[in-house]
Amino acid sequence: MDIVKLTLTKVPGLFLEAENITPDHFAGKNAQQIGELHVHLGNQTAKISDYFSVEGKGGATAADTRIIVSGPTDKVKYIGMKMTAGEIEIQGNTDMYTAAWMAGGKIHVKGNVDSFCAIGMTGGEFIVDGNAKNYLGASYRGDWRGMQGGKIIVKGNAGSDTATFMNGGTIDIGGNVDVHLGTHAEGGKIIVRGDAKGRVGGQMVKGDIFVLGQVERMMPTYIYKGEEEAELDGKKQLFKVWIGDMGERHGKRKGEIIYGKIYIPSDGAEGIAAATHVEKKKKLTEKQLDKVKEVFKDQEPTVQQVRTYIFDSFDVDMKPMQVSRLIEGLKR
Amino acid sequence: MSEYIIKNGKVYDPKTGIKGDISDVCIKNGKIAEKVSSKAKIIDAKGKTVMAGAVEVHAHVAGPKVNEGRNFRPEDKLFTYQPTGKNTRMAGGFSIPTTFKTGYEYAKMGYTTVMEAAMPPLYARHVHEEIKDTPIIDEGAFPVFGNNWFVFEYLKNDEMDNVCAYISWLLRATRGYAIKIVNPGGSEAWGWGENCATVNDPVPYFDITPAEIVKGLLTANEKMGLPHSIHIHSNNLGNPGNFETTLDTLKIAEGVRPDNKFGREQVLHHTHVQFHSYKGDNWANFESGSKEIADYFNKNKNMTMDLGCVTLDETTTMTADGPFEHHLTSLNHLKWANVDVELETSSGIVPYVYDPNIKVCAIQWCIGLELGLLAKDPMRTFITTDHPNAGPFTRYPRIMKWLMSDKTRQNMLKGFKNSDKVIAATNLASIDRELTMYEIAQMTRAGPARSLGLYNIFGGLAPGMDADVAVFNIDEDRIEDPEDIEKAFSAADCVFKSGTMVVENGEVISNGNKRTLWVDAKIPMNQQVKRDVQMKFLKFYSMNLNNYEVSNHYVPNPYVIEVDN
Amino acid sequence: MTKTITDVICPFCGTLCDDLIVTTDDEGKKIVDVENACAIGAEKFISASNHQHRKTRPRKLQEDGSFKEITYDEAVEYTAQMLVNAKKPSMYGWSSTSCEAQSVGHEIAELCGALVDNTAAVCHGTTLVAVQNVGIPSCTLGEVKNRADRIIFWGCNPAHAHPRHMSRYSIFPRGYFTGKGQKQRKIIVVDPRPTDTAGIADVHLQVEQGYDYELLQALRAAVRGQEISGDIVAGVPKEKVYEAAEMLKSGRFGVIFFGMGVTQSLGKDHNIDAAIMLTSDLNNYTKFSIIAMRGHYNVTGSGQVLGWQFGFPYSVDLSRGFARYNPGETGTIEVLKRKEIDAMFVLGSDPGAHFPMQCVKEISRLPSVAVDPHITPTTEICKVHVPVAFVGVEVGGNCYRMDNVPIEARKVVEPPEGMMTDTEFLKAVLKRVKELRAD
Repeated sequence: MDIVKLTLTKVPGLFLEAENITPDHFAGKNAQQIGELHVHLGNQTAKISDYFSVEGKGGATAADTRIIVSGPTDKVKYIGMKMTAGEIEIQGNTDMYTAAWMAGGKIHVKGNVDSFCAIGMTGGEFIVDGNAKNYLGASYRGDWRGMQGGKIIVKGNAGSDTATFMNGGTIDIGGNVDVHLGTHAEGGKIIVRGDAKGRVGGQMVKGDIFVLGQVERMMPTYIYKGEEEAELDGKKQLFKVWIGDMGERHGKRKGEIIYGKIYIPSDGAEGIAAATHVEKKKKLTEKQLDKVKEVFKDQEPTVQQVRTYIFDSFDVDMKPMQVSRLIEGLKR
Repeated sequence: MSEYIIKNGKVYDPKTGIKGDISDVCIKNGKIAEKVSSKAKIIDAKGKTVMAGAVEVHAHVAGPKVNEGRNFRPEDKLFTYQPTGKNTRMAGGFSIPTTFKTGYEYAKMGYTTVMEAAMPPLYARHVHEEIKDTPIIDEGAFPVFGNNWFVFEYLKNDEMDNVCAYISWLLRATRGYAIKIVNPGGSEAWGWGENCATVNDPVPYFDITPAEIVKGLLTANEKMGLPHSIHIHSNNLGNPGNFETTLDTLKIAEGVRPDNKFGREQVLHHTHVQFHSYKGDNWANFESGSKEIADYFNKNKNMTMDLGCVTLDETTTMTADGPFEHHLTSLNHLKWANVDVELETSSGIVPYVYDPNIKVCAIQWCIGLELGLLAKDPMRTFITTDHPNAGPFTRYPRIMKWLMSDKTRQNMLKGFKNSDKVIAATNLASIDRELTMYEIAQMTRAGPARSLGLYNIFGGLAPGMDADVAVFNIDEDRIEDPEDIEKAFSAADCVFKSGTMVVENGEVISNGNKRTLWVDAKIPMNQQVKRDVQMKFLKFYSMNLNNYEVSNHYVPNPYVIEVDN
Repeated sequence: MTKTITDVICPFCGTLCDDLIVTTDDEGKKIVDVENACAIGAEKFISASNHQHRKTRPRKLQEDGSFKEITYDEAVEYTAQMLVNAKKPSMYGWSSTSCEAQSVGHEIAELCGALVDNTAAVCHGTTLVAVQNVGIPSCTLGEVKNRADRIIFWGCNPAHAHPRHMSRYSIFPRGYFTGKGQKQRKIIVVDPRPTDTAGIADVHLQVEQGYDYELLQALRAAVRGQEISGDIVAGVPKEKVYEAAEMLKSGRFGVIFFGMGVTQSLGKDHNIDAAIMLTSDLNNYTKFSIIAMRGHYNVTGSGQVLGWQFGFPYSVDLSRGFARYNPGETGTIEVLKRKEIDAMFVLGSDPGAHFPMQCVKEISRLPSVAVDPHITPTTEICKVHVPVAFVGVEVGGNCYRMDNVPIEARKVVEPPEGMMTDTEFLKAVLKRVKELRAD
């Protein structure tokens, strides 16, 4: 397998669109030819070599090509779009649409990715060591064919609208997910190893969702069906099972109606009855306040930044208005 | 204006009766001419096919539901876009292209006149805004009348003069071209979630039947002597066993003679007949009814039809037949948009995937082609896909290929997943007719033009007609591969619109000088109709009467067809 | 002698009333009276003709924070240069102007590789996203007037936001099949607050704030006769949910009107998605429609023109020479927040008042032009403010009502002397952009 090493040497002013960074485009090309491929910044067209140093060469086919992308690629979109074979390793963070419409091969991102990654995925493997933002493995706007195959593994957290219109494949989230997980799903398997924020499986027609932590608030249209054995990580375990979404249409197999299923470990957290609402503390201690002050000293943080920081560090869910007042206070 | 002479091409022109003879076509001052001066630019069409610009008789290309289709299907645009060019705007979309793409794609295929098939009168301004933004092609739009409360009430009371006065007024107010009827009575019934499945189902609360609506509008159309006949999409579309409803509808026109000064020979045009030629009583024993329909049609010479061929693509269905679309969404579970329009009509939109591996889709594909092959008179049978319902109009070249090549058809038939079942349920395997280039010219040029009452201007190459001419890089006598047919008709060698060269080597080079066709029937409003219109607007419409009529600036380049009574 | 103009269209909200009667002085310069309009609409006409407070020439922001008057030519030059030199400009607004102006704007955007977005981005954009997911069974407002016997207002308060909506179309009018008007109709209001609209409702479901999605899905389950978990659903007792479902099913023609209470609260497009699916489900039992209570008088029109020209209703990115669309990426708020753009053009909207502070700051940092008849928070932070004539008062043009019905706005008075309309200004910019690009 031939290796192409791309190193970002010039951080783009705006965002860079680099759908040409795929084994499919690099196959059969030498470093110079790869450098000639286009990248786009707004309405400007540039060459890969304008922003990246290129070493090595592509293999004879996409499957024989491995691409290693390094440097501060936080503002690069579309890496690995529509790739069918080969490998991409991204050593830092990337922006939106990484692995979008991916059909085969493997992409490994060692940092975080932004929204719309692996949308419309039909095959291959997409691994993220950090966090993913919203619409991971979802469908493109309007399309009823979301993720149809392949595997997504995110070791950290995922954002909202994960796996919308999922039809097949597997999504495995190591951390927590935000609201609206598996909306409109009609197949596939989702595993959340942390907590799910709510609206899990809303409008789901068919499919399996495992939440190993807590579901903040179960949809009223999911009905508790009792305990059931199911296989996860290669071993059989006992799960509490909810079926739904009762508001949605469902197909039949052998005369039996097939519902979407949510699995929660039987020995898991207590009190996951329907309509459980985990209320979080809403005030900070003096000590915590000082910490916030110190972290954001000499900065003009946004409400979102401060609120996320407080939530992540102290597990306190403050209202934006409270945070905004707090920031005003910090200034004084 | 430039002069051109297209030399040495094989000309196919039903108007002048030229059937593939080598002949020259002269263009001068935007018209076909007997001869041109020595300054004329010479186009060498040796080994090529020359035809008049094609005329589209039925497509959904502009208006509220088309645009809702565009806006609610972003996925239809994915990876389809052509960037801005030297003479062109950016253009995208597959089954529901943007207005710019609509104009360009039609022109590239040698189409120069297109009729938008369903215009809700209340939304006429929207239709004309889109037509204005569709480059090159001349366009007209058919307002829908089949579920209109005025029409119901006048027909019920047998007030034929009032129907005519109202139609004349509405054609003017909407800048419309012809009387379109969609699911007569059924779309009004849909206002209550109901439908009219046969021609005798009464319309709820209006005490009238679909048959009476069709008969009444047909009579009015002939009384007024409009250029086009009534243009009908009959009840019960898309359901197994509906060929009987179709025959019942066609029978309404039996024996009626056309009365007009436009050379039109039919009194009824039935559109997208493929969707109306189904036998069987459920989707399991669904089969082709094309023979029954074609036989009736061949015997009755006062009607025309267009095919509505299924092209086996992913597309977007859209029709003023509201209840049908609701039925469809319950079958395929895809997103459903619906708009009921006060006092006038309803409409619906659902994406649809015609999958060749699904038996029903493959049968539908067969039926469309069977109708084209079983119909004996190509002057009365026109190629359409009911764009975008059975497939996008950009597939016309492919349909021409299928109609012209038995080999291609049989290969397709054999390739279907349910091949045996499909062959058993259809007639296509036993039909070996291959249409000629001349017949294609009849089905896409002369026929539709005559049916629309435009045969003195469009669809032919006689001197004095508009210089809409298309040259295709194909020679009927030297077709080695049927694929060449599709290739040649997809990108014309050159196309002239009213004497301006708009396409060269398959690329758009000019945006032409597009016009909007509409019909001024010139029947004055009588006091009764005036009062009725005022009363209904005051009480039941949500818009004031004075804001209803489309102003002239939405139709900046009109081509008014005047009807002299 | 005063002059009276009838059938005037009100260029304020998406209700687009077209029955106003405007009286002007004999020179046709000043509006003296407006009949039939609501208080907001009338004020728009009266204030437009009160010229003293209006700026009539473009102004440029100086380094000391003051504005200096410039000519329209200078404003055209600045705008064209800004757009041509930008790598990714954004052209935002388009909701308070005519379709004719929008169309010219789009051509500029296409030539400059800009983003085009309208106020749906902060309003009903989520509705459009939901429609793309599940469609929308809808009807014109006249259908509601003639047939509807079940009216639901979900997360909207027409009594204040669309003042004539209830009397013209929804609650009170007597139509063809609804001769008894309000008596024939059942009104349901779903709102966490007891609003004035809720005050006239037969049923007020006081949903727990932010849980509309759960309630809507529960209603769908109830309509299907399915089980629901828990005794209280989103703050509403379970029996009440079943009762409401029964009430909806028992009507002959129902309609759901919904507003920003559901489009911009938690769940956003998912709330509308569920509401649309509820409507869709109800069509298996009776007839039901759903209509968005659009705000600006021509935000709908912007979506339409964008639709037929580019295929997407808002948040369209033309930067690569072809159109792309994905709210969440191409929306104006997102690109400002992520600093993805390098120039900002605003016409017919006031992001300075409506956008998050972070975005407003970004606008003030960028080269920027605001085209607006008024002085607004936006015009005060942009580098150049171009005042133009009022569409619907001083110049006509096409507009689309909340149910997509197009109505042509009328001109009732002359604009102050020497003022350009927005279409004229945009045409001048387009001409200059073409010249600059030809070089």
